[in-house]
Amino acid sequence: MSADPAIIADAPPVEIRGLSKWYGAFKALDRVDLTIGPAERLVICGPSGSGKSTLIRTINALEGFQEGEIRVDGLRLTREPRVVRAVRLRVGMVFQSFNLFPHMTVLDNCALPLRRVRGLAVGPARERAMAYLEKVRIPEQAAKYPAQLSGGQQQRVAIARALAMEPQLMLLDEPTSALDPEMVKEVLDTMVALAADGMTMAVVTHEMGFARRFATRVIFMDQGRIVEAGTPEAVFGAPKEERTRAFLRQVLREG
Amino acid sequence: MSVADNIDYPPLLRRPAVFLSGVGVLFLLLLRADAAHWAPVHGLFGALALTGLEAGPANGLAAALVAALIGLNVWVITGLKTRWQMWIVWLELAALVAVLFVSFDLSYAFIRRKLWILISIGLVNTLLISACSIVLAFVLALAGAIAKLSGNGIALGIANFYTSLFRGIPLLMQIYLIYLGLPQVGIVVDAIPAGIAALSLCYGAYMTEIFRGGIESIPRGQWEAARALGFKPGDTLFRIILPQAMRVIIPPTGNQFIAMLKDSSLVSVVGVWELMYLARTQGQAEFRHIEMMITASVIYWAFSIALEMVQARIERRFGRDHVR
Repeated sequence: MSADPAIIADAPPVEIRGLSKWYGAFKALDRVDLTIGPAERLVICGPSGSGKSTLIRTINALEGFQEGEIRVDGLRLTREPRVVRAVRLRVGMVFQSFNLFPHMTVLDNCALPLRRVRGLAVGPARERAMAYLEKVRIPEQAAKYPAQLSGGQQQRVAIARALAMEPQLMLLDEPTSALDPEMVKEVLDTMVALAADGMTMAVVTHEMGFARRFATRVIFMDQGRIVEAGTPEAVFGAPKEERTRAFLRQVLREG
Repeated sequence: MSVADNIDYPPLLRRPAVFLSGVGVLFLLLLRADAAHWAPVHGLFGALALTGLEAGPANGLAAALVAALIGLNVWVITGLKTRWQMWIVWLELAALVAVLFVSFDLSYAFIRRKLWILISIGLVNTLLISACSIVLAFVLALAGAIAKLSGNGIALGIANFYTSLFRGIPLLMQIYLIYLGLPQVGIVVDAIPAGIAALSLCYGAYMTEIFRGGIESIPRGQWEAARALGFKPGDTLFRIILPQAMRVIIPPTGNQFIAMLKDSSLVSVVGVWELMYLARTQGQAEFRHIEMMITASVIYWAFSIALEMVQARIERRFGRDHVR
């Protein structure tokens, strides 16, 4: 796949231009422009229904869109299965509800995609899967089934599974929202460790304190639009837009 | 589950009020039913060496004895572990059915004489037809379910028409239509292939709905995770979705296979020498219908039990991810 002619050298990991999406009459995304640079850690926040999840789910073609353009590593996303697969190989995804495969061991969860998608043989696939389980610090759980793990451990396995595919970019859709409070930290720490390795990441999260420390850039979305974007200090410390201020007041009161 | 943990429902049959009134009601029923005149009760008295009573014991004595024996049996069984209870009750009921059959005064010499032909031709054909139909029905059901979930209008139309037609026409009619109807348009089908075609089309239609339900029971997140990882659609279905859906699919599918084994007897109407056909024709010549019917029934039952055991094994195999 590396010899794909559609790839432009030195293109940013993600480039989105004029992206619009409707669910029937409801406009979920409204002319979104966004570029994610190499090693950038983008945090997307905003009220529920603002289009945060929809936005990152369009990047790896879990959702379609009607207008605009998405480029991943310069490769223009179309409906062509070959292109969709090439994009998904470059993008790792972590879900709110983990979505581990319950009928396989933790190790097989990580190794099967390597075999079926990356074409690795059984031995090398298991070796690489094990290496990434060590990276998220749960190699001792490799032989267990997902149902035997805590929520925090399951989410770390999900991160290892996505990482093992060695993507250029990671999308994390509310990775800690389904977790008990005492398990949030282990997942956030895993993400910080990833950032230290220089991984490009886009994270939808409601953990404002974490976002402030973690992000290189924050975007605030409302009604399918990017309302405000900037450094965490700028967006959280001195928000220019009234809607951002209202949202932050609410979140901080709850927190 | 252990009985000690069953706080809300203590063993019902061991409560004196329930047990004693139960035995009492049983006694009255036996009394009314003239238990003393039943052949098995005579046999029982014989076994107990109550020879003097064999001819015509007092009805009350017979009823009391039988009620007491059943009561004792229940009392002993309720004291055992659930597993043992199940097996003993199963075997006792099987023994009762056997007693019923034996009391028909069957000619075992006749059964012995005909058994080999029933097995070597009848059973072999029945198993051949059932096995082929099971495999084909499985494939049809999988294709039907994929078509129904595909969102492709043409596939959906074909699949919906297929399940509607073959679930809507009696299986007997389908066998006739394929065997007698197709030659009208120049396609001559032998009896056995016609039977296999009808059985697999009919059961494939029912199982399409079972497969569709099973696949739909898997959360959307499983599809999304597989797609996001870059799995091809075939891998997503066969590696991720179906292995999980099997847990939901297997119990009703096992049911269908057991039903199909016996519905294969309908193929006898087009003259296939399977178990049912031979049981009917072999018995006819010497007016030994009951012998052949019971023999065939026992054979059908034995193979249904075998299928049940296979089903239980497969269920265990696909259930292992939920063991904690």
